[in-house]
Amino acid sequence: MDGLKTTLGLTAFGILFGTILGVCLAIGRSYGKRPLPFFIIIYEKILRGIPLLVLLFLLYFGLAQIGIHFDPFAAAVLGLGLRSAAYQAQIFRGSINSIPEGQITAAYSLGMSRLKAIRYVILPQILRFSIPGWSNEFTILLKDTSLAFSIGVIELMRQGRYIQVLAPDLILVVYLLIALIYFILVFSINKIMRLVEKKYQIAGYQAEAHR
Amino acid sequence: MTMLEVKDVYKSYGGVAILKGVSFMMNKDETKVIIGPSGTGKSTLLRCINQLSPPDKGQVWLNGEEITNPQSNINKMREKIGFVFQDFNLFNHLTALRNDSIGREKEKKIEKEAAYKRAMDELTRVGLEAQSGQYPAQLSGGQKQRVGIARALAMDPDLILFDEPTSALDPELIGDVLDVMKSLCGKVAMLVVTHEMGFARNVADEIIFMEGGIIVEQGPPKEMFTNAKMARTREFLGRIGALYGDEEGR
Amino acid sequence: MAVDFGQFFINSLPDLLSGLGYTLLLTFISISAGFLLGIFLALGRVYGNKVINGFCVGYIELIRGTPLLVQLFIIYFGLPTIGINFSPIQAALLGLSLNSGAYQAEYLRGSIQSVESGQMSAARSLGMNKLQAIRHVVLPQALRISIPAWSNEFIYLLQYSSIAYIISVAELTAEGKFIAAYTFRYLEVFAMIAVIYLVLTIVSTEIIDRIAKRLRIPGIGAATRGSLRDL
Repeated sequence: MDGLKTTLGLTAFGILFGTILGVCLAIGRSYGKRPLPFFIIIYEKILRGIPLLVLLFLLYFGLAQIGIHFDPFAAAVLGLGLRSAAYQAQIFRGSINSIPEGQITAAYSLGMSRLKAIRYVILPQILRFSIPGWSNEFTILLKDTSLAFSIGVIELMRQGRYIQVLAPDLILVVYLLIALIYFILVFSINKIMRLVEKKYQIAGYQAEAHR
Repeated sequence: MTMLEVKDVYKSYGGVAILKGVSFMMNKDETKVIIGPSGTGKSTLLRCINQLSPPDKGQVWLNGEEITNPQSNINKMREKIGFVFQDFNLFNHLTALRNDSIGREKEKKIEKEAAYKRAMDELTRVGLEAQSGQYPAQLSGGQKQRVGIARALAMDPDLILFDEPTSALDPELIGDVLDVMKSLCGKVAMLVVTHEMGFARNVADEIIFMEGGIIVEQGPPKEMFTNAKMARTREFLGRIGALYGDEEGR
Repeated sequence: MAVDFGQFFINSLPDLLSGLGYTLLLTFISISAGFLLGIFLALGRVYGNKVINGFCVGYIELIRGTPLLVQLFIIYFGLPTIGINFSPIQAALLGLSLNSGAYQAEYLRGSIQSVESGQMSAARSLGMNKLQAIRHVVLPQALRISIPAWSNEFIYLLQYSSIAYIISVAELTAEGKFIAAYTFRYLEVFAMIAVIYLVLTIVSTEIIDRIAKRLRIPGIGAATRGSLRDL
């Protein structure tokens, strides 16, 4: 079951990377100075317009061609993270948009610098609002780790493949089991996130419905 | 034969009894108005009649056929009963014309052309032929409601139920709708739930006063407004009459 | 270098186009089949009795809780062990459609539920039975509301069709790997492919945008404010 550990590892690092980058992108796009939002939009458009598989190939095989080598795991985390960041940026941006203008104005009037205002006033609120969309992205990432198998990462799927070669008759059972494992993971994550959401809810303050 | 007979209707929602044994009758082409404080089951009664909310107990008979019988074809019966909603409930994705014609098209399986023509006739009757190609979102509240009335009329009903038809309208638009309703008097049976006392007083054949889920009193307007038997009726009509006035502005 | 690249591009074109053909085939068929499946599931969830509802929920949760790749493997590698064989493209179409159906069911359900209940009441009062009411009143409105989510699903399928490569379907990504394998020019090939996908994405979004504007119900602006995708 090492594959499982790898899967979880990919997910963890991927989502961490994706979230941090995603938050930066979202803030950069909404509050950044002139050329920054433009570049961020381009980044998002590109990262959301190409399949994850192609991205992984580009990073692992393509870059190797010009001398930049990644080991499969790193390439996978990079690919998953970069892509996830683009999607998460959209989620966070949606949350930012649903925060009333007045919040930042009030922060400024208290003498906060832009950075402080973002850190203490905007960020706490966006993070809470984004929980539903974010947990959705989390499970998507978890499922996408299955694609890392194609650049040689030995995660759950690849282990399945190995077993397939060794015991061809049991294939159906094996994959059903793998499906079950994923399902349990996804299900648990959803349950946990719902609890987290409840715990951190700002009393009475409902977010705009996310799509 | 009485056209409509409501017998002993009971209805509860979530454990709370709304209607506690309501019975009355209506004849062809009569106009009856139901009045009473809000929340006393007036709208619920209407919905029980056309089975949008089937009653828990009791029966409703239309032209000798029992609507409340689970065996009867409710859809066929509903074609004979028109319903005008407080919130209009026009079909947002259809023009005014099609809103009115779709009933005939689909139910009575009439040719599209014939259905359109009939719908157009009704729209003209309510004064909206110029708006036939517009969508609900482009119409004013009063116009929407008139389209709704035309929609009910296009089905050739024996009876039209009006559920507070003017409550969602701006004051100046109420008049148009009431005029349309007045013009229908005597041509089709109407059972109207409303707070418009002027209409009740001048147009109704009979007024039914409901409170607490039962009919407190019913009678011709003249009698109800000037000489009601029950004290509660006198109290209610006195208060409301003073608040809303009646049509003539007296 | 640039000339060389240009030449390379032209040489690869036939293979890439053939791959593109498969990609589009996969996308279009899956989104349509998924749509039909999605409507059934959504209607089952909104209007069905406990049994139907339970079945629909079960199916949707299962599909959405597991990766597409696993589902494809089960269909392509797993089923043969109990005697059901599919060709790669059949397996891919089946898998993508079943998968898409579950996701489409969710947003279709949301749209159906957001058509106010008053519409249903009005339809029933005219004497329509449930089926007629759904067909003539609820669905026309729900479908229009669904357009943004539907276009997202289209883009999603466009990209995830690349997974079919893993079960040997010769679509765009597979062609890319193939070309790269014997030319070793991974970077250029996949950059080209990335661009192709990008162009497809942008063009499709634009087209769906236009169609949505045509289908607008005048006065109801919810689904068509500005551009659909918040790219």
